[in-house]
Amino acid sequence: MPTFDSEFAEIRFGCGLSPVVGRVDSIDAMLDGLTSQDAIAQQFPIEHFDIFRARMVKIEEWRKVRRNNRGTDLAAEAHKQRKVLNRIAREDKAKWLGQSMLRRTYTTSGFFERLAFFWGDHFTAHGKRGLIRRATGPYIEETMRPNLTLRFADLVKAAVLHPLMLHYLDQSQAIGPNSIRAIKKNGKNAGLNENLAREVLELHTLGVGGPYTQEDVRQLAELFTGLSFQSKVGFKFRKDYAEPGTETVLGIEYDDVANVKPVLAALEDLSVHPATASHIATKLAVHFVSDTPDADLIAHMTDAFTKTDGQLMAVYTAMLEHPAAWQRDAMNFKFPVDFVGSACRALAIPRGPIEALDEKAMKNAIMVPMAMMGQNWQQPNGPDGWPEEDAQWITPQGLSGRVRWAMGAPEILQPDLPDPRSFVDAALGSFASEPVRFAAGAAESKTEAIGLILASPAFQRR
Amino acid sequence: MDLLSRRNFLARSGLIGCSLAASPLFTNVIFAAAPWDTRLVVIILRGGFDGLDVVQPYGDPAYAKLRQKLKGGPENGGLDLDGYFSLHPALAGLMPMWTAGELGFVHAVSTPYRDKRSHFDGQDILEAGTESLSTGGVRDGWLNRMLQAVPGVQADTAYAIGRGDMALLKGAAPVANWSPEADLTMSPQAERLMDLITQDDPAMHAALAEARLLSSPDGGQMGEMADNGEDMMAQMQRAGRGKAHLKVAKFAAKRLRADARVAAFSLNGWDTHQAQERNLSLALGRLAETLDHLRDTLRGNIWKKTAVVVMTEFGRTARENGTGGTDHGTGGLMITAGGAIKGGKVHGNWPGLGTSDLYQGRDLMPTGDVRAQAAWVMRGLVGLETSVLEQSIFPGMEMGTDPGLLL
Repeated sequence: MPTFDSEFAEIRFGCGLSPVVGRVDSIDAMLDGLTSQDAIAQQFPIEHFDIFRARMVKIEEWRKVRRNNRGTDLAAEAHKQRKVLNRIAREDKAKWLGQSMLRRTYTTSGFFERLAFFWGDHFTAHGKRGLIRRATGPYIEETMRPNLTLRFADLVKAAVLHPLMLHYLDQSQAIGPNSIRAIKKNGKNAGLNENLAREVLELHTLGVGGPYTQEDVRQLAELFTGLSFQSKVGFKFRKDYAEPGTETVLGIEYDDVANVKPVLAALEDLSVHPATASHIATKLAVHFVSDTPDADLIAHMTDAFTKTDGQLMAVYTAMLEHPAAWQRDAMNFKFPVDFVGSACRALAIPRGPIEALDEKAMKNAIMVPMAMMGQNWQQPNGPDGWPEEDAQWITPQGLSGRVRWAMGAPEILQPDLPDPRSFVDAALGSFASEPVRFAAGAAESKTEAIGLILASPAFQRR
Repeated sequence: MDLLSRRNFLARSGLIGCSLAASPLFTNVIFAAAPWDTRLVVIILRGGFDGLDVVQPYGDPAYAKLRQKLKGGPENGGLDLDGYFSLHPALAGLMPMWTAGELGFVHAVSTPYRDKRSHFDGQDILEAGTESLSTGGVRDGWLNRMLQAVPGVQADTAYAIGRGDMALLKGAAPVANWSPEADLTMSPQAERLMDLITQDDPAMHAALAEARLLSSPDGGQMGEMADNGEDMMAQMQRAGRGKAHLKVAKFAAKRLRADARVAAFSLNGWDTHQAQERNLSLALGRLAETLDHLRDTLRGNIWKKTAVVVMTEFGRTARENGTGGTDHGTGGLMITAGGAIKGGKVHGNWPGLGTSDLYQGRDLMPTGDVRAQAAWVMRGLVGLETSVLEQSIFPGMEMGTDPGLLL
């Protein structure tokens, strides 16, 4: 029976091997690493959304100034100030990408970083226009990291009520057709929007095979009217947008009150639904273990979810303690972000060079190459996030991107490139094959040798 | 499944286990003569595109009431097509194609997918070409099954283009997967070593061999060979610039001028729940540029033999929603283009937009199967038998009467 192995634990569940950071030595240590203080986030900070909101307030103030002073110098100044604020946010987003790579490089709890990414992807949200396009990092910082060891329902509530989600899935402007606002404005601009309701059922909780109908989507969309936000206050329930009447979702009737309580009650019920338990257990197992995980592993995790009403620590424990989680027959293929992150970790990239990259340099060094590998940073095509199937990543075009990055980027991020012969051990440990060792010594240049090691199957898989 | 297709591709090319450059089969097999001469391009619009706003049924008495903000028709800038339908102004650039009979539409078509209105399931069914999600063992895409049904398909007969995988081309027939920005050049030594270290991972090995094969011989950019890290990065940066959809169209056209007979790619940005006016115009602009580029580049003999088929996973609600957009619906629009198609016509059976005409009182009622339209195009273009189309390519589907999409 396979079981815990500290080298493999870092590769499969963490951010890869490191020549400078020690490895976790037990499943307990992996779990402790999740619940201890989020120290790596303090060391390599990414802005929280409530701070980011202040930027949104500022930019709105300038917009007002511009609108109220058309044709004047003040309007021109306001226009300029808005551009500056937008540019700074764009630059900061690039910096936050650097910080997240440094977290992966130096964390002692790689499992935490991987889970933060996993949940940020499960609850995919990004801004569609203007400043809020830079808010994904701050959203993950605020909703995923502090909640990922609590109950699944906590994550659902934090994500679904978040301004970025309400913006991304078009909820914040949806006005109940019989709401106070609709009546006052003679129905102008009133009407539901099903986007968020559908994705909550299909992606966030029950899963597309779950027991819901179009009518449940409709009812949930009605129930969601009123969920909105203002840059000044963050989440805001707009009573005047709320559709009056009770709503029934999956046979449960929710109260006719114009506040967030029935919404929270519905999210709670959906979060502990048996279909949700199996959907979430399966998705975790597929992401961390294999495209086709052992049925018993999923059952064990689902059971832990159900018994604890979705206590996530219980679900993670169930995964790690199950022997099938440690199988090595069908290894997953790393996502580009995990490939780049684990390369940074293996190279032990120092803080200086990556923090010195300006936005354009960061684009060139990491963002454009990652897009070519198939993962446009924080911009998945749809609310279903990144695909889990290995075949989606093992494409000629995607691998071309990985190989080119592996040969080109290390010297930018690590000016003091290691000797390839020792780098084989640092990056691959006991997973280094004879051909890779041979290639490390036979390549014509150091950059090619490092590139070959990073591009090798043992480094691409986990 | 695409793993399988790559394995076949490479097995046919004699590449597995031997160095690419050394393969004597390189020119003979890979670039052999194509088995037929017409060209089929399939474009998938991901996100569910709003056919009612693109080919606007302004002659339908119920239309104006359903679309009070998203107004269409000639009075609101729509370009009149036939006195009943008008074209979204963002496609104005395609009017010469319409006039020349090289642009057509099929209204109120859909896949058999109903009621849950999930993008992801909708696209899976569209690309699998099956009746439902439980596919009865079908695991490949319909366009790949077409390739399986014709003799003589080579490794470069069909191209799936772009960063993402095209499920409709996955399967046992060889298909080239490529993105025009992905050219890979390594030193000969690095190439040999890469071949060596990936031997024990067949999926990676095959994909990398394919990458080497499809990269332009000159490294894509001004003939230089990237033999150090800096060059490698510079090459990537250059490749990342420019309009992605035009690069894809350019690559597709280049291959179709040569030996490729089938090309498929997708365009995103159609999920217009909000601010549809702006967002749909942007996406349509990209579609128009893409079709225009294909026509310009294939102009002449090849364009005459070309059929472009544009499809989406589902249409959108007949009624606009509360946020200046539309929600997921059912019946949708298919676009056809090319010198081989019979354009200048809005095909299909128009179901009407009265409340009782709508599917579930909310969506355009589908009156035709989008797969049947594709089947008739393939029948005319490649000469496939009806029985093959109904049994192998779209299992269990009935093609019905010829909708007359081709000349």
